[in-house]
Amino acid sequence: MIKRAIALFLVLFFGYVFTTLLLNWHPWTELIGVARYYVSHELTELGATNLVTAIVVTYRGLDTLGEVTVLFLAATGVSVLLRRTTITLPSPGPKRQSSEILHTATRLLTPFIVMFGAYIFINGHLTPGGGFQGGAVIASAVLLLFLTNPHQALNHRILKTIESLSGATYVLVGILGLFLAGGFLDNRILPLGEPGRILSAGAIPIIYTCIGLKVGTELANILENLRGPATSPVLEENEGRAQ
Amino acid sequence: MILIIAIGIALMLIGFWGALIRKNMIRMVLSIGIAETGLQLLMIGVGYLKGRTAPILDSAVPFSQALQRVVDPVPQALVLTAIVIGVAVNALMLTFIIRLYEKKKTLTISDYRDLKW
Repeated sequence: MIKRAIALFLVLFFGYVFTTLLLNWHPWTELIGVARYYVSHELTELGATNLVTAIVVTYRGLDTLGEVTVLFLAATGVSVLLRRTTITLPSPGPKRQSSEILHTATRLLTPFIVMFGAYIFINGHLTPGGGFQGGAVIASAVLLLFLTNPHQALNHRILKTIESLSGATYVLVGILGLFLAGGFLDNRILPLGEPGRILSAGAIPIIYTCIGLKVGTELANILENLRGPATSPVLEENEGRAQ
Repeated sequence: MILIIAIGIALMLIGFWGALIRKNMIRMVLSIGIAETGLQLLMIGVGYLKGRTAPILDSAVPFSQALQRVVDPVPQALVLTAIVIGVAVNALMLTFIIRLYEKKKTLTISDYRDLKW
């Protein structure tokens, strides 16, 4: 009871603080400060037509590197913690195989979903989208595979190779910026090109492709770990060979 | 936009309330997720400028008029970061719950007293 009272008091206090903030808040009518600088200089400096991408990848590139690191650490933590789970839920009886229609549709759709994810991150500097969004779309293809066949095995060697290669390329491109351009993660190591073209904005498409592949494989890894241990005997044999 | 910000604040408060009151750990994680969503709405709402459009330059928003035509891109970049970190944190919290459940076969937070003084 006393816990409930404290919680109620805390929530009411936060509500009071936020309401006061909201009532005294005057929306801006002009871009000010750093946003004004970004909007007025971005296209000539970096050449990306999507301003949010320019901020995420270049102006605030170090934040994004940290963000990718956090996601990597979380994925690693999930797989370390769930590596040897012995959890056995009470089985609700034998399960029916998913239908032929679902299997065929999944097989048909998965390549297109992955292609759409790749489209999103390759065009990240031109249109709404980018590495994280494209990676999430690719992971949704993996989720569809798991929903269709809960015992679906993933090739860990390929996933690991893609993940580490893209992470290393991201850092390498960042370090190249130190030598060839203005600083760490500067995108001007490659020619800026004509704004609006797919090959423009310097290194932004390369960095976002790396982020997209990395995020996609990491989220697929998280999904596979959260699915639980594979129970099908055929699958365990496959996994043993992959390792 | 006041309305969007108010909805964001309401979601944050609902999330706080749930995280403080609920005993079931999965519901606590869900509450934290709701609070995250509220915070993201709040930040996007603060960055909105009336009558303006998305910060993407094309034939409709030429670079010369961008200063008068686009909303603040900085909160959008921050929210992108916040969403990704939120996903990572949620996945990690659910993993902890799986491990804890394995140990004591219960999801109630008050059954775990090992670290309580």
